[in-house]
Amino acid sequence: MPPAVILFTLVKILLLLVVLLTAVAYAVLFERKVVARMQSRWGPTRVGPHGLLQPLADAVKLLTKEDITPSSAFRFIYTMAPLLSLVFALLAFAVIPFGPPLTLGGVDAFQVADPDIGLLFLFAVSSMGVYGITLAGWSSNSKYSLLGSLRSTAQMISYELAVGLSVIGVLLMTGSLSLRTIVDAQAGTYWGFLPRWHVFPQIVGFFCFYVGAIAETNRLPFDMPEAETELVAGYHTEYSSMKFAMFFMAEYANMVAVSCVATVLFFGGWHGPLFGPPSLQVVLPLFWFALKVFCFLFVYVWLRGTLPRFRYDQLMAFGWKFLMPVALGNVILTSFVIVAWPALSRFWS
Amino acid sequence: MYQALFFLFAASAVGFAINLLIQRHPIHSALSLIGVMGSLASLYLMLGAEFLAVVQVIVYAGAVMVLFVFVIMLLNADKEEPSDRSKMAKYLGLPLLFLLLAMITVVIYRQFPEDAMVQFGDFPGQTAAIGRLLFRDFLLPFEVISILILIAIIGAIVLAKKEP
Amino acid sequence: MPNYYIQSYIPILMLLAVVILLAVGMLVASYLLGQHRPTREKLTAYECGITPTGDARHRFSVKFYLVAMLFILFDVEVIFLYPWAVIFKELGIFGFVEMLLFLVIVLAGFAYLWKKGALDWTKADSGGL
Repeated sequence: MPPAVILFTLVKILLLLVVLLTAVAYAVLFERKVVARMQSRWGPTRVGPHGLLQPLADAVKLLTKEDITPSSAFRFIYTMAPLLSLVFALLAFAVIPFGPPLTLGGVDAFQVADPDIGLLFLFAVSSMGVYGITLAGWSSNSKYSLLGSLRSTAQMISYELAVGLSVIGVLLMTGSLSLRTIVDAQAGTYWGFLPRWHVFPQIVGFFCFYVGAIAETNRLPFDMPEAETELVAGYHTEYSSMKFAMFFMAEYANMVAVSCVATVLFFGGWHGPLFGPPSLQVVLPLFWFALKVFCFLFVYVWLRGTLPRFRYDQLMAFGWKFLMPVALGNVILTSFVIVAWPALSRFWS
Repeated sequence: MYQALFFLFAASAVGFAINLLIQRHPIHSALSLIGVMGSLASLYLMLGAEFLAVVQVIVYAGAVMVLFVFVIMLLNADKEEPSDRSKMAKYLGLPLLFLLLAMITVVIYRQFPEDAMVQFGDFPGQTAAIGRLLFRDFLLPFEVISILILIAIIGAIVLAKKEP
Repeated sequence: MPNYYIQSYIPILMLLAVVILLAVGMLVASYLLGQHRPTREKLTAYECGITPTGDARHRFSVKFYLVAMLFILFDVEVIFLYPWAVIFKELGIFGFVEMLLFLVIVLAGFAYLWKKGALDWTKADSGGL
C-alpha cells in the first residue's frame, strides 16, 4: 500500500470516529430530551442554549471523577471489561457503507472497508461484545453486577440467534454478504413508486431483526441487565468515572450501529431522491442515511418512553419460542417464494 | 509486510497459548483461549479463508467460549492449587515436546516440496465457494451434521436434567 | 503483485488499532485527571449501603448453562444457513429441498426441547429441568 493511501485511510478513520463519538454523545442528550418531553418535563436546559453543551459537561465531569475499583474485584479483568465493550462497539462501524462509492486519493470515502463477509463480520464483532458485559459483572465481585451480567449474557446470546436468522431473508434476495452489494440491490423502485427496499418483502424479517437487536443492545423493554428497580445498575453497578462512561458510550454506539445496520439491510442505505446541483448530490445520500438512522434512534427512545419492562422468563420465552421460530419461518417462506416465483408468476398471468 | 502481519498473529497465537498454560486462574486461561482463537481467525483470514475465519470467531470465540466462561462462573472455580507435580512430567515433558516438534517438522518438510510457497489470500475460501462445496460436493456430510446437532440437543437436555 | 484481498482488510486492522488506542487513552486520562482518595468503606462492593455479606460468586442456576449450550448448537445451525443463502439462486429447488431436510431434523430437536420445558425459565413449568 502506498503511504498516501495509508494516510488517507487514517484520516478517514479519525474523521469517522470524531463524527461517531459526537453522534453518541448527542444521542444521549437526544434521549434525555425526548424522554423528558414524553414525561412532561424539560430535560437538561442549563448548560448552553437548550442544554446543547450538556454532553461536553458530562465528559468533563466523568473524566475528573474518582475511579473506584472495589477491593474485592479482579483488577485486570475489571479494567479490561469496559475497554472490550467500547472497542467492539466501535469496531462494528468498520464495514458500514455511509454513502455511495466515492474514491478520494485511492480510498473509498464513505466506508472503512468492504469485505465479502461484511454482514458476518458484524455478527462476529457483536458476539465478541458480549464478553465486556460478562466479565464486568464477574470481575466486580458484587451480587448485583453478577446477576445483571449473567442475565444479560443469556439474553444477548438468545437473541443473537433470532437476529442471525432474521437477516437470511435479505441474503436470499441479494446473494451477497457484502453490505455495499446489499445496499446496491435496493436501488430503484417496485412498480415505479415503492422504493425497492428490503423492508417491504422482508417485513417479518425486519420485525425480528429490530426486536432482536433492541434486546441485544439491552435497551427497554428488554433492559433486564440494568433493571434499576431490582438490580441497581446491573453489570456496571461497581463502575465509576471513565470506566462507567465507556460502558455508556458502548451502549449508545451499539444503538447507533444497530440503526445503521437496519438502514443498510432493510431501508435502502443511502438511497433516496437525488436532485439539485452536483455538489448537493454528493451530500444528499449522506443526509438520507443520517435521517434514516435518526428515525431508528427515535424509535429506540420512543419505545423507552412508552413500554414497560419484560419479566425475565417472559423475555427468554419470547426470544426462544416466538422470535426464533418466526424468523426461521420467514427464511423458509422467502426461499420457497424465490424458488417458486417462476411458477407463481405464470399462475397469475 | 504481509509476512510481518503473519508473524505478528502467529506470535500472538503462541503467546496466548503459553499464557493459557501459565495462568493459575481459570478465567484468565479462558480469556487467553479467546485470544488464541482470535489470532487463528486472523491467520485464516490472511490465507484467504474468509468464511472460516469469521466462523471461527462467531462459533469458537463467541459461542463455545461463552459456555466456558459460564461454566467457570457457575462452578465458582477458583485459583488452581499446584498439585504435586509428577517427576515424570518434569523430566520427560520437555524432551518429549521437542521430539514431537521435530517429528512434525520432518513430516511437513517431507510432504511439501520446497518450492510450494504459501500465497497469502490464495485459498478459495469465500462464502460462495464454501457454499458450493457444502451444498453440492459434500451434501451427505452436511445432512449428517443435522443429526449430529439433534443428538447434541438431546445430550444437552440429559446433562441439564435433574436426577429423579 | 499487490494482494488486493488482504489489502481490503488492512483498514479494519487500522480502525482496531485506533480504537484500542482511544480506549486506553480514555482510561489513562481518567486515571491522571481523577482524584484518588480511597477509603476502606468506599472500596467495598455495593450492597444497598449495608456491609456486604458473603462472597458474590455463588453457584447459579443450571439454566444459564443450558442456554449457553443450546446457543452453540443453534448458532452452528444458523451459520450453515449463510453460505446456503448466498448461493441459493444457483442451487434452486435442489437447494431448497436439501436445506428443508436439514432444518426438519434440527427442528425435531427444537420441538423436543420445547416439549421437555427446556425453554421455560421458571421452575413450575420446566418439568424438573
